[in-house]
Amino acid sequence: MTPGRRPTLLALEDGSVFRGTGFGASGEAFGEAVFNTSMAGYQEVLTDPSYAGQIVTMTSPHQGNYGMNADDAESGRIQVAGFVAREVARRASSWRASGTLSEALEGAGVPGIEGVDTRKLTLRIREQGSMRAAISSEDLDAVSLVERVRSSAGMAGADLAKTVSTASPFDAEIVTGPPSTDRGRIFRVAAYDFGLKRTILRLLADHGIRCTVYPAGTPPATIARGDFDGVFLSNGPGDPSATVYGIEAARELLGTIPIFGICLGHQLLGLALGGATYKMKFGHRGVNQPVKNLATGAVEITSHNHGFAVDPEGWAKDGDGHALTDHGRVELSHRSLNDGTLEGLRCLDVPASSVQYHPEAAPGPHDSRYLFDAFRSLMEAGT
Amino acid sequence: MPRRTDIRKIIVIGSGPIVIGQACEFDYSGTQACTVLRREGFEVCLVNPNPATIMTDPGFADRTYIEPLTPASVLQILEREQPDALLPTLGGQTGLNVSVALAESGDLGRLGVKMLGASLEAIHKAEDRSGFQRAMVEAGLDVPRSGIARSVEEAVSLGTALGFPVIVRPSFTLGGGGSGFADDRAELADVAARSLAASPVNEVLIEESIAGWKEFELEVMRDGADNAVIVCSIENLDPMGVHTGDSITVAPQQTLSDREYQRMRDTAIEVLRVIGVETGGSNVQFAVDPSTGRQVLIEMNPRVSRSSALASKATGFPIAKIAALVAVGYRLDEISNDITGETPAAFEPTLDYVVVKIPRFAFEKFPAADTALGSTMRSVGEVMAIGSTLKEALGKAWRGLERPAADRTWAGADLASLSALGDPSLADVARPSEHRLHLVATLLATGETIDDVAAISRIDPWFVDQIAQVVEGARELIGRPLEEIQTDELWLAKRLGLSDERIGQLTDRSAGAVRARREALGVTPVFKTVDTCAGEFAARTPYYYSTYQGETETVDADRPRVVILGAGPNRIGQGIEFDYACVHAAFALEEAGFASVMINSNPETVSTDYDTASRLYFESLAAEDVLAVCRAERPVGVIAQLGGQTPLELARTLRDEGVPILGTPPEAIDLAEDRGRFAAFLRELEIPAPPHGEARTMSKARDIAARIGYPVVVRPSYVLGGRAMEIVYDDEELERFVGMAAEASPEHPVLIDRFLEGAIEVDVDAVCDGEGDVFIGAVMEHIEEAGVHSGDSSCQIPPATLSDDELDLIEDITSRIARRLGVVGLLNLQLAVKDERIWVLEANPRASRTVPFVGKVIGVSLARVATFVLVGRTIADIRADGIVPADRYHYRHLPSTSVKAAVLPFGRFPGVDTILGPEMRSTGEVMGIDVDSGMALAKAMLAAGHALPTAGTVFVSVANRDKRSIVFPAKRLADLGFRILATRGTAGVLQRAGIPVAMVAKVSEDADNVAGLIRAGAVDLVINTPFGRAPRTDGSLIRTAAAAAGVPCITTLPGAFAALRGIEALRGEPTTPMSIQEHHAAGREGPIQVRLTFDEAADVAGASA
Ligand SMILES: Nc1ncnc2c1ncn2[C@@H]1O[C@H](COP(=O)(O)OP(=O)(O)O)[C@@H](O)[C@H]1O
Ligand SMILES: Nc1ncnc2c1ncn2[C@@H]1O[C@H](COP(=O)(O)OP(=O)(O)O)[C@@H](O)[C@H]1O
Ligand SMILES: [Mg+2]
Ligand SMILES: [Mg+2]
Repeated sequence: MTPGRRPTLLALEDGSVFRGTGFGASGEAFGEAVFNTSMAGYQEVLTDPSYAGQIVTMTSPHQGNYGMNADDAESGRIQVAGFVAREVARRASSWRASGTLSEALEGAGVPGIEGVDTRKLTLRIREQGSMRAAISSEDLDAVSLVERVRSSAGMAGADLAKTVSTASPFDAEIVTGPPSTDRGRIFRVAAYDFGLKRTILRLLADHGIRCTVYPAGTPPATIARGDFDGVFLSNGPGDPSATVYGIEAARELLGTIPIFGICLGHQLLGLALGGATYKMKFGHRGVNQPVKNLATGAVEITSHNHGFAVDPEGWAKDGDGHALTDHGRVELSHRSLNDGTLEGLRCLDVPASSVQYHPEAAPGPHDSRYLFDAFRSLMEAGT
Repeated sequence: MPRRTDIRKIIVIGSGPIVIGQACEFDYSGTQACTVLRREGFEVCLVNPNPATIMTDPGFADRTYIEPLTPASVLQILEREQPDALLPTLGGQTGLNVSVALAESGDLGRLGVKMLGASLEAIHKAEDRSGFQRAMVEAGLDVPRSGIARSVEEAVSLGTALGFPVIVRPSFTLGGGGSGFADDRAELADVAARSLAASPVNEVLIEESIAGWKEFELEVMRDGADNAVIVCSIENLDPMGVHTGDSITVAPQQTLSDREYQRMRDTAIEVLRVIGVETGGSNVQFAVDPSTGRQVLIEMNPRVSRSSALASKATGFPIAKIAALVAVGYRLDEISNDITGETPAAFEPTLDYVVVKIPRFAFEKFPAADTALGSTMRSVGEVMAIGSTLKEALGKAWRGLERPAADRTWAGADLASLSALGDPSLADVARPSEHRLHLVATLLATGETIDDVAAISRIDPWFVDQIAQVVEGARELIGRPLEEIQTDELWLAKRLGLSDERIGQLTDRSAGAVRARREALGVTPVFKTVDTCAGEFAARTPYYYSTYQGETETVDADRPRVVILGAGPNRIGQGIEFDYACVHAAFALEEAGFASVMINSNPETVSTDYDTASRLYFESLAAEDVLAVCRAERPVGVIAQLGGQTPLELARTLRDEGVPILGTPPEAIDLAEDRGRFAAFLRELEIPAPPHGEARTMSKARDIAARIGYPVVVRPSYVLGGRAMEIVYDDEELERFVGMAAEASPEHPVLIDRFLEGAIEVDVDAVCDGEGDVFIGAVMEHIEEAGVHSGDSSCQIPPATLSDDELDLIEDITSRIARRLGVVGLLNLQLAVKDERIWVLEANPRASRTVPFVGKVIGVSLARVATFVLVGRTIADIRADGIVPADRYHYRHLPSTSVKAAVLPFGRFPGVDTILGPEMRSTGEVMGIDVDSGMALAKAMLAAGHALPTAGTVFVSVANRDKRSIVFPAKRLADLGFRILATRGTAGVLQRAGIPVAMVAKVSEDADNVAGLIRAGAVDLVINTPFGRAPRTDGSLIRTAAAAAGVPCITTLPGAFAALRGIEALRGEPTTPMSIQEHHAAGREGPIQVRLTFDEAADVAGASA
């Protein structure tokens, strides 16, 4: 329709090929094809470092409707490898918009493809599992593109956290402003940046927590020396078992200081507790995921973005169903109501807890923000 | 927390007749609730006077009371049933208000009946605008500046303080009833007066107007453990100021970022907590300032609503069913999601398609009414469509509206097709009207910019841009030869939602030609699944929509398939009655071993519930969409006779495309529909019909009128609901109406019949099988004379005055017509009885509006019987199964009387005359049933909202021809102690008959006149029969005053007699209400006073067979 439309291909490992129109940057991108079912929030998704190395499909048909704005970015840049949509708005409609989706991707050099049957693509991924894929406006030969996808590197064993982490430590205040004093005492926390989302920093600040953000590879000794009240293990991309330095750090710090982990941070904690992680068939990515808080019985509608999960089966259990780990008893605190996936851990003998999902949401519902207060209590108890 | 154990018996309150603002959606929700509660082992009683509903079928509740929804009448039922609990939140505003009244009177407490879902306090907080505003402000939630007024003076001073413009919003109303905008004090005074009257609690909110802001709705579901989920977000394409019910709406919301949306979500859930809705579905409405993003609350409805029906269909999340389950104690995570089967109902549906709803208006039926859209809802129905993009859904929804040809298509690339609108200017889109899509499209086509159009229409630029894309797409095709258009261009056009008809207009070809070309090039739609989860989990429910992109997902059915064509959007003349028939067909097909495939576009209905038919296609009933489904399903047959006129008109096209039509063949349908040929057909059978002629020109019309003599009835052929039909008394009137009729359906001639004045009208519903055996469901005798549309008149079973000989003759005529026409399935016949003769007015070889009423009365669903016949069974063996009563005269022998009365929407169209005529204008109907026929009448009137007075003042003013006959009823009323008022002429006659009567001035005579008295509430009943139909006559002023003041107004003589019988019954011994199941049992017991012995009956049968 629009003049100068750019023919573009999307090819999957399983050989399926989708023809569409390019938007954003022209060129080529390889990555892991995943789908996200949230109906709004494309800007948060595009800028969430956890999506590094992935070609993300939104299942919701219209993308870019309200454009891009200054406040909703979860990091300093667009992180996805490529973006797939059924249809992209040609203009941005919002009092907050500072530009269009297409411009943003172009500026970031990230290719997008629209006019695709995103439902068909989603069902493929659901059936085959997450697959290697490529978007290209250069190689329009289906056979060759599929071949090149098959010879590209996958997510398993990939250590991506380092590639998205900060180069040097910084004080979160430059992002969030001064922490809130509403809750009284201000705690000092060291936040490991494996791909940290800005909203997490904002919420920590809102909960009276002053963060110093450290590069992914920072040795635990450095942190220990910093006399912090707590440690935060952030979300991030890639295979947790490949993030060895993260596991190490967690293992060393466990028991010495209150720890709270989200997503990748949760998986690292699980591994540090001697547990195992596994790659899920196609993961959970969306903002409508029901999680049961097993302590209260309450259902939280939560935001998910994970392709790996902690396997609780490896641990022996005591009479109350608590996992018996290298660091004592651990309560399996949250479960997915959709498929039973373990969604949270709470150590009973050391001050540490974590959730697989995203209490900070962005995008998604705010049902689980109480976890930031829980982190505070953990630190209050610890002092 | 499992199901409550402290409750055994639950009474469900229905919503009564279909009215503007409250339609089939409450049949859908009530039906769901009753079904699931019984499945859970509760004993369920239901009260609903609407016979056209599925929920009032005997099978859906243990005891079903087709009784008026007034506190007194419901109380009688409570006393009799002694239930443990009452479910008030599924019967719309009506159900809610009745329940509130019973709670406040203390009766619920006294009888130990618990209210489920919402407490009295919660309902008050939500429904009285003052309570709501206060609660919201206390909770720190943002609302528009406002104040509460209980008098016009208060209102005006408040408005002045707030600053104009303001909106006036009454408490405890629905569909924006009585609300309106005011720009100055004077205007505010009128609106406030109307609004105070509309509010049952005489309370109105005066609020700063934020018309032009963006409007949103969230559907929230909450369980007893305080788990809350948003089922669906809905964005209005139309700005604030247009009632959501009259707005084009879109799901999910499209123009809010997640950050803004989540704020709205938090607020919505907070509102439920603050209001204290313990469990169930609620609807929360928001406005957003497009320039700052400020979000304010508009209202919340603590009950299942019209939007929740839409949300259920849009998402696949069955709100009413889940609301019922959480009301009896279940937690959301204990309820499973039927669609996936594996995940719980504790989640938020996510959509990978776009849903568009467009309202259906009926302004053509109320010429006097103002057509600007505002805060008072006036649409009579709605279409929903699902598409891969907004454009696809919008296009599909629009063709689903079944608009007159002129504006059936809207992508305004060529102005020719929009001549109706003249050439619009930007200013025209400032005023919202039902033509807004045309206007926007046309303006864009003529070069106005998206920003200008958006700024003036206050429609979000994103939506305007979507429309612009369709307009651009249309422009690509304009004026090109169809053959030159390439395959990918056609794909693109269809993805933009352009209909075949529209592409035909652009390329100067017929829709059929476009369809043929499309199919030749393989440009056909695929079908995708509505699965609540955007593909994350496999769906088990075959709930499909078409789209012109990608791969198809339909799975083959294991059994032979039969397609049922639904009725599309509700409109006057084609409403829930037809949905009732379609739903019964689905059930009957399952019984008969077929897979039922439903095609319909009406989100309010039971037929579009994903578990009614075995397969559901949510599609418009345009030929292209229906054919696409038939190509995909390859059914053994299609049922076209149950969905009213819409599918009937598709029958021939389908047949020509090789799709088998079950039952009555298209030829027979055409013959019956073509009144000219039908008249000849009757002549052959020597069955009398009114003298008749057909005219395509004015002069021919005059000749015919001269030949058959005035008065005559003028009408176009092929219309339903007496559209553009008029009784004409002289040449000059003839001129006018022939013009109008020609406009309503130009392709067909205008028909002129002799008008049978003062004839008794009769309706017959019958089923005829393949062997010509006919089952007469019932003969209904109308109360009003012929001349009042069958849809607007009241009728009764058993017939009130017709003799058995007359009934036999009517049945015989019915059978002969059925056989000779070759009817297989349903036949509805309308006849007039005058001077010992019986005339046939028309035959409809399809389900009629009265099919459900007859079903409720005789305890046999005609639609079910017809469906069995359509799949090859005979009446004989259906009767052998006991489905059809053994007594051929069952309907004559019923021990109790049933009266059907129509409900008219005049309240919504101020200033429109309320006299009844041959053009149908009612939106719904009610039924009164009682062993005492007078009481049945009184109940019907009460249920229709016209409580008959048992004492007080009656105003009488009748046409000269009626003056003699009014004497008796007037005398009787006087004897009963009523004070009689009359205008000069009538008063004279009554005085001479020795009846005490006070004379009042006509409107034309004096300032303080009868209209004033009526407004002042000094009159309890008006009897006024029309003299002439001119607009501003005394008669019309009196009637409109009565309508405005809600005083029952009887406009026909037979109506007056009926009212009298009703009043007498009301003054007599009260009768105990009986459930329909009890009535049916009594009916099967057989006649109380048999009019014929069975041998005699057999003879007659022999004679007529
Ligand atoms: N303050 C206001 N300014 C402008 N329009 C309003 C305002 N409040 C309500 N409306 C309009 O009036 C319509 C009906 O109001 P609402 O309270 O929803 O009535 P109902 O309860 O009958 O649905 C709304 O859909 C909205 O478009
Ligand atoms: N010849 C006639 N004489 C008297 N009344 C008539 C005559 N023809 C039609 N009517 C009245 O007009 C109404 C509508 O006519 P009908 O043929 O039923 O139109 P529709 O097909 O829209 O139902 C009838 O219900 C009847 O009351
Ligand atoms: Mg309301
Ligand atoms: Mg409303």
